[in-house]
Formats: sequence, C-alpha cells, structure tokens
Amino acid sequence: MIKTIWNRIKQPIDPWLFLFTLLIFAVSAIVLFSASNRDLDKVMDKVTFMGISLGVMWFFANISQQTLMRLALPAYVVGVALLVAVALFGVTSHGATRWLNIGITRIQPSELMRIAMPLMLAWFFHHFETTLNWKHFVAAALLMVVPVGLILKQPDLGTSLLIASSGFYVLFLAGLSWRLLAVMGAAGGALAYTVTHWDLCINILQEYQCRRVATMLDPMQDPLGAGYHIIQGTIAIGSGGVLGKGWLNGTQTHLDFIPERTTDFIFAVFGEEFGLIGNGVLLVLYLLVIGRGLTIASRAPTLFGRLLAGAIALNFFTYAFVNMGMVSGILPVVGVPLPLISYGGTSMVSILATFGLLMSVGRDRKLMKG
Amino acid sequence: MARNELKNSLAERYAFQLRIVTAVLFVLALFGLLFARFVWLQVAQHDKYQTLAEANRISLVPVTPARGIIRDRNGVVLAHNFSAYTLEITPSKTADSLDETIARLSHIVDITGKDKRRFKKLMEETRDFESLPIRTRLSDEEVARFAANSYQFPGVEIKARLFRQYPFQEVASHLIGYIGRINDKDLESLDEDGQLANYRGTDHIGKLGVESSYETQLHGVTGFEEVEIDSGGRAVRTLRRTAPQPGKDLTLSIDIKLQDMVEKLFGERRGALVAIDPRDGGVLAFVSKPGFDPNLFVDGIDPDSWKELNESPDKPLLNRALRGEYPPGSTFKPFMAIAALEGNFPLTRQTIADPGYFIYGNNRFRDSHKGGYGSMNFDRSLPLSSDTYYYQLAVQMGIDYIAKFMATLDLGQLTGIDLPGERPGVLPSPEWKKKRFKTPAQQKWYSGETVSIGIGQGYNSYTPLQMAHGIATIANRGVMYRPHVVATVVDPASGKKTQIEPQPERTLPWKPENIERVVQGMVGVTQFGTGARTFAGAPYVAAGKTGTAQVFSLRGGKYNAKAVSERLRDHSWFVAFAPADKPTIALAVIVENGGFGAAAAAPIARQVLDYYLLGKLPAALTANASAVASAPAAAVQEDISD
Repeated sequence: MIKTIWNRIKQPIDPWLFLFTLLIFAVSAIVLFSASNRDLDKVMDKVTFMGISLGVMWFFANISQQTLMRLALPAYVVGVALLVAVALFGVTSHGATRWLNIGITRIQPSELMRIAMPLMLAWFFHHFETTLNWKHFVAAALLMVVPVGLILKQPDLGTSLLIASSGFYVLFLAGLSWRLLAVMGAAGGALAYTVTHWDLCINILQEYQCRRVATMLDPMQDPLGAGYHIIQGTIAIGSGGVLGKGWLNGTQTHLDFIPERTTDFIFAVFGEEFGLIGNGVLLVLYLLVIGRGLTIASRAPTLFGRLLAGAIALNFFTYAFVNMGMVSGILPVVGVPLPLISYGGTSMVSILATFGLLMSVGRDRKLMKG
Repeated sequence: MARNELKNSLAERYAFQLRIVTAVLFVLALFGLLFARFVWLQVAQHDKYQTLAEANRISLVPVTPARGIIRDRNGVVLAHNFSAYTLEITPSKTADSLDETIARLSHIVDITGKDKRRFKKLMEETRDFESLPIRTRLSDEEVARFAANSYQFPGVEIKARLFRQYPFQEVASHLIGYIGRINDKDLESLDEDGQLANYRGTDHIGKLGVESSYETQLHGVTGFEEVEIDSGGRAVRTLRRTAPQPGKDLTLSIDIKLQDMVEKLFGERRGALVAIDPRDGGVLAFVSKPGFDPNLFVDGIDPDSWKELNESPDKPLLNRALRGEYPPGSTFKPFMAIAALEGNFPLTRQTIADPGYFIYGNNRFRDSHKGGYGSMNFDRSLPLSSDTYYYQLAVQMGIDYIAKFMATLDLGQLTGIDLPGERPGVLPSPEWKKKRFKTPAQQKWYSGETVSIGIGQGYNSYTPLQMAHGIATIANRGVMYRPHVVATVVDPASGKKTQIEPQPERTLPWKPENIERVVQGMVGVTQFGTGARTFAGAPYVAAGKTGTAQVFSLRGGKYNAKAVSERLRDHSWFVAFAPADKPTIALAVIVENGGFGAAAAAPIARQVLDYYLLGKLPAALTANASAVASAPAAAVQEDISD
C-alpha cells in the first residue's frame, strides 16, 4: 500500500534533475544564512518556498504531453489577451504599465508569458512538422514579436529580452537557417557596439537604459547608485580569491557593503566566501541541470517535447548567465535573480514549474519505451 | 513509403542533435567566459581586490541637500527648514526587546504615549533596519543626558536633522502640501525614475501639493563623503567630499495674505475658492476648507490625530478646490450663453414667455423664481438667472453641441495645473453615459436630461478649479492659460531665477461681440441682478454670476431651507471677474450647504475683489468672521431668487 503511494509520487519525477535541484537548494540555504546575517527566519521562509515549488513541479510533471499541447494555444492566446488588456486598461505605477487589476489583486501577465511562449512555439512547429518551410519561421517570429513588443512597450526591457530569448531558442532548435543565424549574430554585435557608445545608444534606447550600460563600463560614473553595486560586487568576488574567505567570514558581506545581498546580488556573497572553487562548483551544478534538460530534449520522441525541453533548459541557462554576468561586471545591471538561489518565492516557483514540464517530457519517453 | 518516412525522421533527429550540440557549445562558451572573468577577478586581480576589501573601510556616506524653501509672491516664507536633534532607534540593532529599550529610554528623556504610538505606526510602514525617530526636538539638556548614557543603548542614536516647518499651519495646507517619510511605494517609484541613488540619506519626500509636484526641484542633488571607518564600522576621518546641490526655492503666484483672509472669511464653513490671474493663469488664492496642519505629517502623524482628520465628517483631508466635484448650478449659465451665441441659435434673438416653468414632454421643469418674470430674453437671462430661458436654450442647442462646446473650456477635463491628484469632473454627454453605466436602460440618454443640463444641474459636476479656469477664459476673451501655482524657481546657490512661463493653452475662436454680450450679462448680475446687493457701492465694475447647486433632489418637492438638515442644504456658488473690461482677477467660490449663491458665496467674492483691486481688508474680519457672511444673507433671500 505505502509502496504503491510511493511509486505514484516518484513515478513522474526525473531523479537526476531532482537531485541537481536539491543540491542547488542546499547551496541556496547555506549562502542565504550568511547573506542574511544568520537570519534563520529568512532561511526557513526560503525552505518553505522550496517545498511549495517542489509541489508545483510535481503537479506539472504529472501533466501529459497531449494535455500540454492542448493547453499551448489557449495559454498563449490568454497571455496575449492579458497583455493587450494591460496596454488598454493596465494599472500604471511609476511610468510603467505592467499590472492588471482583477478585483482582489494585481497580476503581471508577462509572468505567464514566460511559460506560454516556449509552449506555444513548440506546439506550433510540432503541428506543422510535416510541411515545415521558411514561411512557418516567419509566422513563428510574428507570434514571438507580438507579446515581446507589448512587454517592451510597458516598458520592461529586461523581461521582454528574456522572453524573446526563450522564443528564439525554440526557433533555433526547430532549424532556423544557419545563414540567418550568422546575420543575426552580426546584427547582435552591431547592437552591442551601439549601446556601449553613449552617442549612438541615446538614439535607440531610453536615457536611463543607456546610463546603465555606461555605468557598467565605468562604475565610478555613478558611485552611489548602480555603480556602487558593481564596485562592491566586484570587490567582494575578487577579494574572495581561490579558496574564499570561508562561510560567514565575508567582510564585504558582513560590513554591509553589498547591497541587495540576499536577492539580486547574492552571488557576490557566494563568490566572496567560497572563492573561485565555489564558483566553479556552482557553474558545474548549473551545467548539470542544463545538461540534463538538453539530454531530455534530445531523447524526446516528439518534436514538441524536443523543442519545449530544449528551450526550457537554455532559458534556465540565460537566467543564470545574466545574473552572474551582471554581478561580476560583464553585463549591465538588470533585475534578474540568481535562479533557485536568490531569496524570493515567485521566480523559484516559476522555474520549478518549467522543471515539471521538463520531467513531463522526459516521462513520456519512458512510457513509450515501456 | 514507410522507409522514406523513417529516413526523414532519422535525418530530422540528426539535424536536431546537431542543434543541441551547438547549444551545448554556446552554453560552454559563455560559462567559460564567466569562469575566465572569475579567474581574472579572483586570481589575477586578487591582490588588488584583497587590498581594496581590507581598506574597504572606505565607506561612501551620502550628504543630504537642504530642501528648497517655498515662498509666496511677496516673499513670505510658507515652508522652510530648521535644524534640531532627534533620538532615533534602529529596531534591528537594539540589545533587548524594543518595548524594553523604549521603557528604559523614557527614564532619561521624556517619551509620551503619543510618541510611542507614532513610532509604532512608523515601524509598520518601514523596514527594521531603518533608523526611526522616537522623539524629535530634544532639548540641550536631554541631549547631554542621553550622551552620558548612550553606551547602555545599542541601536539608539542622537542625530542632528533638518526639519520641515510650515509656519502658516492650516492656511494653504492643501496647496503647499507636506513632506512625509519615504515609504516602500515611494522607493519603488524612485527606483523606476532612476532616482534611488539621489535619495540615499534622504528620509522625506513630498507627499501632497506643491511639495509633491515640485519634488525634483525642491530635493536637490545628494553629495557624498568618502569616509574611512574602523573595523567596528565607526567613521575615523573624511577623505574626500563632493558637496550636495541644495534644492531649488519656489516662489508661488499665491498671495498668502489674500489666502489667509479668504480662509478666515470661510470661518467654520466648508467650501473652496480659486482665484486666477486670467492674463497668465497664475493662481492667486487656492482655498479648500477645512484644512489641516501639515506639520503633523512631517515625522509621521500619530494615530489619534490621523483618525480625527480621516474620520471627520467635514473631510479636512479632501482638497475640495482640486478634487471636489460639484454641480455648478446657475454659474454654468455664462458658459451656456457664450455657447448659444457662438452657435447662433434663434433663441438668442427672441423674447419668450416666462410663466415660471417649462414643460417638456410630460415633465414640468420649475423655475426657482416663483411665477416667472412674464417674458424673458437673452440679455436679461443672465442678470435675473432665468431657469426657464436656459431650459429652452438647452433643448434648442442639444446635448451633443453643449458637450462639444464645454469640452473646449476644459470643463470635465483636467486643467493641467501643477498640483497632483486633480479630478476631471463630469461633462455629461450620451457617450459619457454609455461609458459610465452598464445596462442599456441606464445608458440611454433621455432628452429630458438635456433640460436640466441647461441650468447646471443633472449629471454636470465640476471642480472649483475648473469653474475658475472657465470664467478666467471668458474674462480673458477666449485666450486660455494653463493654471499654475508656482511662478518662479530660484537656485539658492547662484540666485538665478527661472520664470515659469505662462503657458497659453489655446485661443478659442469666439466673436468679440459675442464675448462682450456675455460679459454685459454678467456685469448686469452685479449691477441690478441677483448679485446687486452684495456689490452695491463697489468702485470697480465686476462681472459675476450666482449659483445654487442642489444637494437635495427638488423634483416635485418644495425646497425649504429651514426644514432640510444643514448637510442637505444647497451649495452656494459665485463666479466673478473684475474689472469687467480688463480683468486682472477671476475666481470661483463655493460654500457647501451655504444656501443661495448670493447669500454665502457672493460676499466672499466681493471681499476678495476689494482686497485685490483696492487693497482693502475686511473690517469685520477680526471681530467676527461668520457675521460677515450671515448678515446680508437674511436680507438677500427676500428679493432675490437664483
């Protein structure tokens, strides 16, 4: 009896992905205890959220791929409709219109789009699998541009770029032409050149966005604001050395020099206390998660499963890279938390929801085999 | 066939694997880049950062700029700063529980129950690691006593701070506004504006009125000091200092003497007055009664005072001039008059029978002048405030024309004044009704509703600011200026003054002879019409219009001022400008539940014009404020209807 229940619980779970997640959770609890100045309440909060998100993961892992495919189009349509509703009657708060008032609370529809976008595009390519040609890529690009444009208009550059990248990954995996990729790479290089040169940047972006880039290049321009974050984050990581200063011994951390050290800048705390070795271990842990995701993708029996799993794994990589890049000073400061480690529940729940989707894809393979 | 498919699918699988491999390489390349960056920071540059971190006893301490001073048009100070000592607690750093710390503190300095309640409220609004004042304005003796005992109180500090003070207290409180402690919502908005760094070290931010709308100018730019600190976190010496740029001073177009006089004239009554210089839109007086003492808010208001302000039936926190939406009553008629002339409607050239009512469909619309005037025409309609005439005019003009015309006067629109939180009022139209209501029956525009629109009743409702703005537009012969309360921004460091340029909004294409005809009608009001008694003996020619806004529905019933309770009594309105040929002031005044327009509101308007044009302060003001208004009221009611 107990065995049956146990089997029912573990049946949809991918053991490897689950194990890697738990390892990262352990890192999270350890570093959060230090970053919060030994605040057990905060750590317990985080542990509670871990439990909740594992539940969410299990729930998503149980959904069959057929159901996921059926949900893709409605989820996307609802997501876009909500974004249009935001543009028309959204709640404006400090110049940004991101929220929708639904009576009891305010919701931010761009969050839903993070899952709906790869789901929709994966379903789209799957649906037209047999007749696939360049026109479908144009259509898919349009499906991507609409929500990304709406979010960009809110304005929310960071989120729109992350959602655009998740859509792009599906296009890439579905076989976007190499030549086009090369052109896009060149365009990306030109864009990077433009935004790093103030005179050019000001023509295409908002002034505050250009200021962020300029601050990244020369933190001393804004030593009290974003520049302060970069300077102190870099000092923390650099002073950690190869071995780190040891758990709870980071001077930058405990003398209050690192701002937002439990949330967006928690990686500075980690780098200071655990050094290059710790950073290497963390990179490996993230690589294991990404690698497991891509393995699930490459073994998936359907195009839908392949594309969805691949996009989820690569999107997870993007979050990790953007956060660590920003804290160590090679990317401008945008508000992206370190996945699974930063304090805060929402992002963790949505990441584990996507892990649930990965497991759902992985499980179907087993069923087909068995 | 089957073999082909299998082949295709195998080829596809192969293509996909190639993509995955590419993705893996991409991931490895970028993670490699990250790792290279870590090696650069943690190995190659380690010594440099190690030294920096060890010497990172260099802390950047923000130096808060002094907030700009607000003055009236004559240089009288309305908001300024003074320096005082406060006793502050950082809740997360106290040794024992907060209550115990406060209890022990109260043996050394005087801490009242009010202080404690205020502190509790502050704590709910902010986070634990912020330093919050438990006592402000310590005496020198208290400072000395605490300093001697400070070692017993970790997390408690004496700080010298600049405080905001509003010397006129209640006067112009809605206009000047106040500053309060920065809360989470303010932080969020500062973050969005990229202003967070500039507010490190600042505890207060403008919450209302000019303090809020000119926050950027008033605040200034934060400077910073590089301070060397020891391992305990204490400052040892200052290495480098970038001086802050103090906030800009503001000079308002308001005359505080006039403002004060009007507020005294209101006495205990509720209402609002807005006076504007029609030539440039500068606001001369901006009154909303009752007011409140803005000084209460500066360091967190205590719950008792807050409850009192918030729950008072007089709503002292409501800015009536900016946010109070009232039916304009007969003060709407001048707008109807110019609209009728500009549309060249036949009624403006006709004389009609005036039996004291107007029958439309099955409804009988009553004139407030019992029995009517027998006959009525355009030129007598304003001075005598004929309802019958404007009922018919409204039907002839039609609701669509009325709504379109009034919108050009900014009625039902935001005027764009430089104060936060303006309300648009309601300019009724079939489109508005469609948006406002849900069921088709409610959404339908009934032609009978157009009738009462003509006399400023029905769904019509406007703010006193909009009424003053509209009247100023007539006074300035159709040339509209956006109303503004700040006249100049002064840089205290250089003394450089920046004039806020008058902003011409638009020029309405009205025929000069039409405007003069309406002005003549409004002059008639103060010469022989409903406002004649109040304006008897004025040495200047004033144009005006009385108004009475119904609070209590009149339909069918008969209105008896004595029988209905005070709160249901009509609102008293008056709009005016003077001198009629070249106006330098235009105003709108409303006295809530004041009865007839001529009774309560007109006398206030007269006093304002007397002060502004003749420099005369009312003699009765110091003796008995309420007597000024109530004495003529009894007399007016007998022979004047409105």
